[in-house]
Amino acid sequence: MGWTLERGDLVDLCRGAAFLGTGGGGDPYIGRLMVEQALDEGHTVKIIGLDELPDDALVIPTAMMGAPTVIIEKLPGGEEAIRSLHRLEAHLGRKAFATMPIEAGGINSTMPLVVGARLGLPVVDADGMGRAFPELQMETFAVYGVPGTPMVITNEWGDATLVECHDNMMMEWLARGITIRMGGSAYIAEYAMDGKTARRVSVPGTLSLVLEIGRCIRAARQAHRDPFAALIELLPRTPYNFGRVIFEGKIVDLRRETTQGWAMGRARIGAFSGGAVMDIEFKNENLVARVAGKVRAIVPDLICVLDHETAEPITTETLRYGQRVKVMAVAVPPIMRTPEALAVFGPGGFGIDEPFTPIETIA
Amino acid sequence: MRVGVDVGGTNTDAVLMDGLSVVAWHKTPTTADVSSGIIAALRAVLGGSGIGPAAIQGVMIGTTHFTNAVVERKRLRQVAAVRLALPAARSLPPMIDWPADLAHTLGLHRYMLQGGHEFDGREIATLDEAGLRQVAADIRGKGLAAVAITSVFSPVNAGMEARARAILAEELPGCALSLSHDIGRVGFLERENATIMNACLTALAGTVVNSFRAALAELKITAPFYISQNDGTLMSADYVERYPVLTFASGPTNSMRGAAFLSRTKEAMVVDIGGTTSDVGMLLHGFPRESSVAVEIGGVRTNFRMPDVLSFGLGGGSLVRDDGARIGPDSVGYELTEKALVFGGDVLTATDIVVAAGRIDIGERRRVGRLKGALVNTALATMNRMVDEAVDRMKTSAERLPVILVGGGAILVTADLPAASAIVRPEYSGVANAIGAAIAQVGGEVDRVFSLERQSREEALGDAKREAIDKAITAGATRESVQIVDVEEVPLAYLPSSATRIRAKAVGDLAMR
Repeated sequence: MGWTLERGDLVDLCRGAAFLGTGGGGDPYIGRLMVEQALDEGHTVKIIGLDELPDDALVIPTAMMGAPTVIIEKLPGGEEAIRSLHRLEAHLGRKAFATMPIEAGGINSTMPLVVGARLGLPVVDADGMGRAFPELQMETFAVYGVPGTPMVITNEWGDATLVECHDNMMMEWLARGITIRMGGSAYIAEYAMDGKTARRVSVPGTLSLVLEIGRCIRAARQAHRDPFAALIELLPRTPYNFGRVIFEGKIVDLRRETTQGWAMGRARIGAFSGGAVMDIEFKNENLVARVAGKVRAIVPDLICVLDHETAEPITTETLRYGQRVKVMAVAVPPIMRTPEALAVFGPGGFGIDEPFTPIETIA
Repeated sequence: MRVGVDVGGTNTDAVLMDGLSVVAWHKTPTTADVSSGIIAALRAVLGGSGIGPAAIQGVMIGTTHFTNAVVERKRLRQVAAVRLALPAARSLPPMIDWPADLAHTLGLHRYMLQGGHEFDGREIATLDEAGLRQVAADIRGKGLAAVAITSVFSPVNAGMEARARAILAEELPGCALSLSHDIGRVGFLERENATIMNACLTALAGTVVNSFRAALAELKITAPFYISQNDGTLMSADYVERYPVLTFASGPTNSMRGAAFLSRTKEAMVVDIGGTTSDVGMLLHGFPRESSVAVEIGGVRTNFRMPDVLSFGLGGGSLVRDDGARIGPDSVGYELTEKALVFGGDVLTATDIVVAAGRIDIGERRRVGRLKGALVNTALATMNRMVDEAVDRMKTSAERLPVILVGGGAILVTADLPAASAIVRPEYSGVANAIGAAIAQVGGEVDRVFSLERQSREEALGDAKREAIDKAITAGATRESVQIVDVEEVPLAYLPSSATRIRAKAVGDLAMR
């Protein structure tokens, strides 16, 4: 049964999206304003489950790609993602039945909502990352055999490129270059697939989940309950199944540099009591957390840095010296932990020379 | 000699300083016309010290007037919001997320035109000059006197805003033009919001600055005067007439800077305890640490350079309940001298507790003689704990720092604070605000995206620092005193072509003749 997104849900949804963003994905504030705008104009956002997709229905996911620091300055014209979807439809010679997020985290949880609202298309309650990742091939869609191309990239002028590639790595490579030429942010439609395939290759229920996470944090605060305890209680009722606080302290050192086009770096958190120190390495998103050289959580499991008191998620870009934080690690669903999935977005996919160890098994 | 003035909501304070020492100070109620309160305060400090107006080299004023106008939605101008961005940014028009009452007070006159730049300085679109002239005609037709101009990535390339100003100045002589790159940093909506708020204050800015001028003229003070801004640095009066929005957070900033000065400490926590609330902030290099999250003013999201201040409900007038276990957040406020027990009232306040404990002698101590010792001790412990917790929340390292107590309520802290390495209670702490204004420095800041394709990171950092220093000198700092106080770098995620956002801030002493 589909459901309709209420305006009042958006703040919670964006908070949850920042949580699953695991430090990356960009601040969803602008996406939220765009959805609010569409709702104020009388559009509605209909969310449907994967099980509501007919086997042969065409699903075209839509998203923003580029630098979050660019999007906070160069706001979207508003039609870009819609044009990408329309051009992909024209190329395929078929109309989309629904759109869908490629990423459950940051601004890309909201972009398909804007497209769905404006075009009257339902938005599928699922995605291809189960979190945020920095590259286009890091998708369960790709892992389970869906080609990302043909893909369309559009800018605010309506300039558009159709990308067709022999594999998804080449798609990422070409699309990244085009995005830079378009000013550092662009809007895409990719990974077109049928309903039957979508059911097989997607992480299910992630829109509902981000909403639930956002609500959970807010409700706990309002009731003066510990929002971390509330989250830990919530997770076992979701496909994410397990979460715990693995460290708390203050940011004592922050190193961020641009290497090969990403915000690579390390955040060091010192325990309040002194002594223990946690290092979190990130490539836009948080990848691995270590204490005294020992892995405490590792990608693709979620490593979320949250405000120590309010549990508000803190993105990599807004991390700053002195912030008081708690680090929470969360198990990702089984579909993201298979050998095929780990080959693409496990530690090896990021050049980290460590085995994947599920957070549940790290003492 | 210089004079510092703090025009607050309740009191106007003035302090006369000779170099780095306080010669005289005075506190008087703020008046509706602003200027007579200032005149009264200045007369008192000059008269009390026998200093003639000719000896005054500079007057530094801090004021909450402009913040209050926005919060109260009073005395604001209607504004034409001109955005240079199309075809980008069409999706979210100006004032998109504003409280409806404030947006309507300003008239919701919104114009979007082709223009703007990319992060690397390329044009998104050529400026639509013909369109801008049509907009000017519309603005003239509506009789609007204030325009806010915001162009995409103007912190990277300000050329288009400057060109738009030239055209509008020609078409709309006498109109107040606010440009976003003068006001805010990267972050389009927040910068545009600040620019629009600035524009709506331009009429009030003229009035207030003129009332300052009138007060000084009345006292025959011919020295230049300056107004303090959010980060504790000074702006010239002319600059404030154009950029009143930059005064928004000067109150807490001045009290923290004043505390730093009075205690001769650059790294410390400052607790300013008033009648109703207390503010805690942190000093880094003698300046308040700035907030990194979006700050809302009057319900509008901004990204001002604002001190990161935690306010909590403890002050001299705070109500004491539960045998001293609970204090505040409500307060008798300005009615302290009628309602507190020591003044013959019937409300048990934080002030009564410290009088009962023999820490201060105000009002009539016999009126609190019957308070139980256990209650008094519990209440003292509660107040200490409240301050300690707030200090601990705002600290940014496990290392203990000195805590400087200022404000009339500083006496409420009676014991050591576990979070503090020492407690400092400087002399003149009641006028820390005005002193903060008097000793303010001038600053220059750079915040923009640097491409690293044709230069190294070190070269980019060097450029940023030099630019910040030049800006500080242009703003009036002496060259030899200028130093870089903050550098922050944020690489642009997802861009293989190496670009980085650098924020650098330089400050220096104001050149005095």
